[in-house]
Amino acid sequence: MIGFVLRRLLQAIPTLFIVVTASFFLIRLAPGGPFDLERPLPKAAREALARVYGLDQPLLVQYARYLGALLTGDLGPSFSFRDLSVAELFARFLPVSMTLGAIALILAVALGIGLGALAAFRRGGIADRIVSGLAGLTVSVPTFVIAPLLQIAFGLGLRWLPAGGWEGGAPAHLVLPAITLALPQVGAIARLTRASLADSLGAQHIRTARAMGLPDHRIARHALRGGLLPVVAILGPTAASLLTGSVVVETIFGLPGLGRAFVDGALNRDYPLVMGTVLLVAGFVVLLNLVADILAAMLDPRLRLAR
Amino acid sequence: MADPSFANPRTPEAGGTASERVMSPNDVRAGPRRRDCLAGAAAIVLGTGRAGAAPLGVYRRGNDADPETLDPHRSSTVAEAHILRDLYEGLVAYDGAGDLIPGAAEGWTVSPDRLTYTFRLRAEGRWSNGDPVLAGDFVFALRRILNPATAAKYAEVLFAIRGARAVNGGDAPAEALGVAAPDPRTVVLTLEQPTPYILELLTHQTALPVHPASTARHGDAFTKPGNLVSNGPYRLVDMVPNDRITLARNLYFHAAAGVTIPTVAFLPTPDLASAVRRYAAGEIDSLADLPGDQMASLRRRFGAEVVLGPALGVYALALNTRKPPFDDVRVRRALSLGLDREFLGGAVWGETMSPAYSLCPPGLDNSLPPPELAGREALPIDREEEARALLAAAGFGPGGRTLRLEYRFNSSDNNRNTAIAVADMWRGLGVETRFVYTDAKTHFAHLRDGGDFDVARMSWIADYSDPQNFLFLLESGNDGLNAGRYANPAFDRLMREAAAEPDTARRADILFAAESLLMAELPWIPLLHNRSKALISQRLKGYRANLRNVSPTRFLRLEG
Repeated sequence: MIGFVLRRLLQAIPTLFIVVTASFFLIRLAPGGPFDLERPLPKAAREALARVYGLDQPLLVQYARYLGALLTGDLGPSFSFRDLSVAELFARFLPVSMTLGAIALILAVALGIGLGALAAFRRGGIADRIVSGLAGLTVSVPTFVIAPLLQIAFGLGLRWLPAGGWEGGAPAHLVLPAITLALPQVGAIARLTRASLADSLGAQHIRTARAMGLPDHRIARHALRGGLLPVVAILGPTAASLLTGSVVVETIFGLPGLGRAFVDGALNRDYPLVMGTVLLVAGFVVLLNLVADILAAMLDPRLRLAR
Repeated sequence: MADPSFANPRTPEAGGTASERVMSPNDVRAGPRRRDCLAGAAAIVLGTGRAGAAPLGVYRRGNDADPETLDPHRSSTVAEAHILRDLYEGLVAYDGAGDLIPGAAEGWTVSPDRLTYTFRLRAEGRWSNGDPVLAGDFVFALRRILNPATAAKYAEVLFAIRGARAVNGGDAPAEALGVAAPDPRTVVLTLEQPTPYILELLTHQTALPVHPASTARHGDAFTKPGNLVSNGPYRLVDMVPNDRITLARNLYFHAAAGVTIPTVAFLPTPDLASAVRRYAAGEIDSLADLPGDQMASLRRRFGAEVVLGPALGVYALALNTRKPPFDDVRVRRALSLGLDREFLGGAVWGETMSPAYSLCPPGLDNSLPPPELAGREALPIDREEEARALLAAAGFGPGGRTLRLEYRFNSSDNNRNTAIAVADMWRGLGVETRFVYTDAKTHFAHLRDGGDFDVARMSWIADYSDPQNFLFLLESGNDGLNAGRYANPAFDRLMREAAAEPDTARRADILFAAESLLMAELPWIPLLHNRSKALISQRLKGYRANLRNVSPTRFLRLEG
């Protein structure tokens, strides 16, 4: 197990290296520089700024410098928040996105698996039809529609919850954004759980168990073990995307998270911020996929970690 | 505000020894400050406990965007200016109506040749740490921004000061700059040429002072909360990027007794539709911009809380005068005649922009009313007929070629709607329009670098209220903004003459002639003039819409 984890982590290094290299050169292909305004910069000012941030150097030198700094853990200065470094920005943005993402993940997993299982065990019944209908709805209605609807209903109409803002993570401010983030995932997980549990309920060993007269709750336990495998498999990417923030949710609710920083960073040509974010997200994906694999192996003894 | 320390601020002692500093009104370690912090924190917590309840004494001020920096010398945006005006005070300042008032200087004299300005600083001027504001601080600041090593984006705006261009270009030492401090309370500014808008320039963020000792001690980190020392009505308390920037009253400020709002939180509102919902929920007290496509519903919902005012901006279409057929003035005039500007302003922009028949908006200082485009009063059908005739004369239309053009813009809802409306109006003239749209950086970089285009969306928000700050856009040397590289020696000559003219009235005549030339030649077709648009909650008093779109927090009041 430990050997497996170490090997997977070592394998991640080339992946991350490729991600860093590709994003380094891709972001620089975008026209316009980080310090361009509507009023174009005078040449002297542009050159002075480029000197300050080392952008006057040949691209390969910049690349080597970036990699060198990265090895010492330095993500560089931010171009769009010039009073702060990328690391300082992450220290502010990451907790916001991770708090919201973690709540959304728990909601999505608990509700998604619960509702999906309910639908699978009551296949064809009213519960199944309601769950399937709702799941289809939450998956197909985009976040940028859900978020304003929630704002209007609970922030403006009922006045139960704030319509936006972070306020240092006050609980009331987390509710609407977390629900918005979770809803599409609830639907996706419920659908997947239902489909794969339905398969698993028809499997030979379950039929045997039924024939032997096992009580329903024991049959359910056996069926869930196999039926949850596909769900666990998507949990890695799902968790990574939830924990690293959503630009739509953060912009609409006015939250200082990572998703918004990433998109704004790209629009502002804030190279270090964009690359830092890409690296961070890639790291999350690698790590959480690993966690998902370990979970899957624990659920299914047929899977061997040390392959 | 419940805390009595605000109602009766201690007058800070001059000089200020270390022990006095500990007890200074702005010091977090001092007793009253701590209580105040707790009260503020409690107010915020209580305020957010129930949705919609406004926290006591906190003005939650919507701002277009977060600042790139709080270093005034490296700043460049309007959103930054709103914050910096609360933090710092220049020699000259704005009042709540956008009029010039004495700032750090209590008064000034002007030499007869209008080249030397002598400012007398206030004896009671203090930085937020209690240090006196000295003439040397302003000398330090101007030398700092013009020092090429500072890499100031906007240093150019100060080139009216003698030697500024050379110093900024690295061709002269900082000491060559026309600013001096003969004694600690006197700043003497010498200019290259008589500059009628120089006092207004001194309110600009680029002319704000910074605290020399803090920049020496902290380097670039002097802008961080805890390090930043400012001389304006407010001081920096906290900064959470993409969330809020919190300022508290600077009790050392010379007019602190008149500043009634204890705390102001600047909230960036990049998504205007969502910002309006937060405003409606009582979570934001004012918005500095509104979604143009929702104006009708905003007026219905908020009535008099929607405040429109004039502004120093123009929205125009640049034509590429370097190449045919846009080098033909008949084509340019036809394209202009074919536009219904009233429709653009009213239907497309929901009256958040006014129709523009000149490059300069009306109401600028040091100016005559701007020359208007011919044909404003003509019936649309007559204008269209004239436009068709001009196009026919240029070889386009029935019997000739079809005029096909490419319209470049940076994508936003309003820009797209404008482009579609304009293309539709031009279709009436038989002109076929194709769109090319990109993000803003790409758009402006393409134009700056001399990229090819036919018609391009341009916009300009002036830095000071003077026709020069609009007309210079089309000077032949202005490669950055003169996207079509329009070059007219007669126009350039008039601009030079105006710059050298000491008499303000004669200068206004010359600038009028220069603009008349542009309106006849139309290298840019003006479409709309900006208006300021704001939502001002009933809780906020004292807001006055003005041409310069400035509203320093010190002149506002909160009720309830």
